[in-house]
Parts: sequence; C-alpha cells; structure tokens
Amino acid sequence: MMHSEQVKFGTIKLLSQMKKLLLLLLLAPCLVYAQDDLLAELEKETGKETEYTFATFKGTRLANGHSIETKNAGSLEFIFAHRFGAINGGAYEMFGLDEALVRLGLDYGITDWLSVSIGRNSFDKTMDGYFKMKVLRQSSGARNFPFSATALLGGAYKFSPKKNADVSPDFENIDRLSGTIQLLLARKFSPNFSFQIMPTLVHKNAVVQSIEENTQVALGLGGRIKLTKSVAISTEYYYNLSEKENSPYYNPLAFGIDIETGGHVFQLVLTNAVGLTERAFVTETRDDFFDGDIHLGFNVTRTFQLKKNK
Amino acid sequence: MIRILILWIILLPLDGFSQKRYTAEKAFISFFSEGVLEEIKGTNTKVSSILDLMNGEVAYLLNPKDFQFEKKLMQVHFNEKYMESEKYPRSSFQGKVMGYDPTNMHLQHVKAVGKLTIHGVTKEVDVPGTLHIEGNTVTLRSKFVVKLEDYNIKIPQIVWQNIAQQVEVTVHFLYRPVSN
Repeated sequence: MMHSEQVKFGTIKLLSQMKKLLLLLLLAPCLVYAQDDLLAELEKETGKETEYTFATFKGTRLANGHSIETKNAGSLEFIFAHRFGAINGGAYEMFGLDEALVRLGLDYGITDWLSVSIGRNSFDKTMDGYFKMKVLRQSSGARNFPFSATALLGGAYKFSPKKNADVSPDFENIDRLSGTIQLLLARKFSPNFSFQIMPTLVHKNAVVQSIEENTQVALGLGGRIKLTKSVAISTEYYYNLSEKENSPYYNPLAFGIDIETGGHVFQLVLTNAVGLTERAFVTETRDDFFDGDIHLGFNVTRTFQLKKNK
Repeated sequence: MIRILILWIILLPLDGFSQKRYTAEKAFISFFSEGVLEEIKGTNTKVSSILDLMNGEVAYLLNPKDFQFEKKLMQVHFNEKYMESEKYPRSSFQGKVMGYDPTNMHLQHVKAVGKLTIHGVTKEVDVPGTLHIEGNTVTLRSKFVVKLEDYNIKIPQIVWQNIAQQVEVTVHFLYRPVSN
C-alpha cells in the first residue's frame, strides 16, 4: 500500500515536471524572439561581401610614370606637369628654375575601368596618347585577390626635329613614332602603404643602333607611404634591362611628395628625368641622379566631373 | 497536459504577435553638408534594417562605401579620408522607437533612442522622427544632425575648401512584414 502510493506520488511528480518542460518548450519561440539582437541578425544576413580596394594611389601618375589609377567614368583630369633644370646648375641657372620642360595633358574616364589620355610635351615637341584599362582589382572578403592590375598602351610622336632631312636623308615621319606597352601591378598593403611593379616595353621606330635597341624592356618599381590623410611620399624607379654597355643614358629615379586638396593633387618631384613620355624618361634620361643632376618638378592636377554620377 | 496545450493554443497568436517583424523594403539614408565652396551630399540606398513593431526595437546596418556622390572623387575622399572605410567598414544604429501606438494608423511623432555607430565610435543618441502604419507597411522617417567631432571624424588641415563641422542626416525606411 505504502509502496504503491509512493510510486503514484513519484509518477505525479514526474508528470508535473514534464508539463513544466513542455510548457517551456512550447513557449520557447516567444522567449527567443524577445531576446534577439536585431543588429546581430542584420550582420548575419549581410554576410561576407567583397571589399574592393580603392585609392591605392592619389594620382594617375606615380611620379614620372603611371600608377594603376585611372579616372572614373565622366571625370576629366587636367594635368600640368613640368620639370625644371638641374639643381646643380648653380646660382647662374637659379638652381634650375630658369628653364622648364612642360607637359600639358588631359585624362578622361570613359568608364570606371577605361580611360584615355592626350598630352603635349615640350621635350622633343612630342604629342602623346594613352589608353589605360583596369584589368584586375585587389579585393578581400567573399572574393580575395592580392593585387590590382592596369594595362597601359601608349604612343608618342616627336615633332622635333622640324625636318626629316635634319636627321638623315632616309628618315621618315614614321620614325618619329614610339610606343609603350606597360603592365602596372599594385598592392595596397595597408591604407598607408602601396607598392607597384611596372614591367614596361618601349619600342622606338628609329634609334642610333650603336647605343640602344629599338625595343627596350624595363622593370619599374614604386611605392607610396601616406604621412597624413592628405600628404604622401612616393618613389619610382625604372631599371632598363636592355641598356647597352656604351649607353649614354641613366635609369630614372624619382622621389615625390603628393599633397591632395579636394579636387587638386599637387605632386612635388625630385628626379633625374625631364621627359614625361616613357620613351623620354625610361630610355632617354641623360642625367645621373647620383651626380647631383636632380630636377625639381611639379605635377598639378585638377579633376572636373563632366558627367554627374547617377 | 490538456490544460497546457490549451494554454499553448491561446498563447500561439501572441507568439506570432511578439515577432511582428518588419524588414526594410526600401531604405534611404542621405547626408548633407553645406561647405563654403561646395555642398556635399551622399545617398545610400543599400541599407538593411529590421523593425519590430511589438517592442519598438529597430536596427540598421550600412557600408559607408555605398554612399553615392555626384562627384566620384568626393566618394573616394569620403571613404579614404573621413570615414576611413577600410578600417571601419560598417555604420549602424541599434535602439528603440518610442512613443507610438501600434494600432494607430495615422502619422505619429516618435523618437528613436539608441546607439549610433559611425567611424568606429558609438554614441547614445535620441533623435526625433515619424512613424506611419498604413495597411501592412510601416514608414519610418527621421532627420537629425551629426557632429563630426563626436565621431572623431577629422577634417585635414590643408583643405581650403571648407567642410562643415556637422552634417544633416535624413533617414527614410519603408518596411514590410517578414514573410515566413
């Protein structure tokens, strides 16, 4: 009797515990929703996105040569670049300030990944033009890619000397032409540090065969370090792999300070090169940086948005 | 046992009611800054948001990179110099809408109280707005001022274009119930 009652009591106790458990289970959805964190839920929903790297460099030019940056769709950039004479010209030349070589240029973004450029150089009275195409973009997140790549195709036409006969009797107009194919590869390691490698091919239709090749290959290296949000220091160097032993030319080295103010970018450059086409600075730099033949220069750009975004 | 089941059936609608969830079908956040030289306006339509009409809880999440500007260069500067979007890729708000009646179908003046996170800095805010329940949609609007220095957003010294120290933010969400 006693035993049976105990069993019965035990069963009731178990049943009541089960009821409580059931109640808890049934009400669980109410409790869960009430305690949910909406923001955490949104974050979960958003998931992993691809973050494309932007602003690897401030300008479309690193110093003398190009950076991977192109103009965005509908923006036009006016570039005024000049290089003074050599600093070691002394006080008589006002340390180079008495003379200057200029390039006036326009860059326009047809799309966000394709831009065109046209320019006039006082050096050798050269007209130049470029197509620049963004091929790959550095990204992280859902899609991970370590670097950005931009392909550059350029042409330059020398109007100097005035007459073909001034060069040689068989010199033709086509001999004034040169072309550049360049692959610009860059990685933004951090918001403050970007590095760029530039395999470059320059072809000149006419050269003095004894001192240089028609087709020359060079490897460029460059980078920038941001000092503040608007100021960065940059450097650029091209090593000419096709240089002949008796070549009178030097490899171009440049150091720059980039200052950005709204739509302007000012680049102060110290370099041994004076030309601003690849032909001129990669293959025809006559001054030796380490001999003190350093030129001060500026690249001043102003961007205009011709087509409004959206 | 039967009693519990009955209780459950009674509570079931309440359970559904307690998750009166709405997600933003259309979302729009813009900011406007009146500088001396030029006005700066950015708009973001890629904002995700949830509103729970039962308890007033609301949250939104956005990427500063999704703000669109008339000038593309401004967008780059906004992300690179001011928002530092690489370091702080998200901005958010999490809080509560207060002072409304979920059965009122008229435009109601409400306020939102909660945590606003911009540029990695979280601040308690209390902003005014309106809430309008129409059929099964809910519209939430708000306009408030954000002081850049509160969120540690610095304007570079050499910028001669004068950028205002505060921006006016407009928030506009159109919510629909979450379909299960």
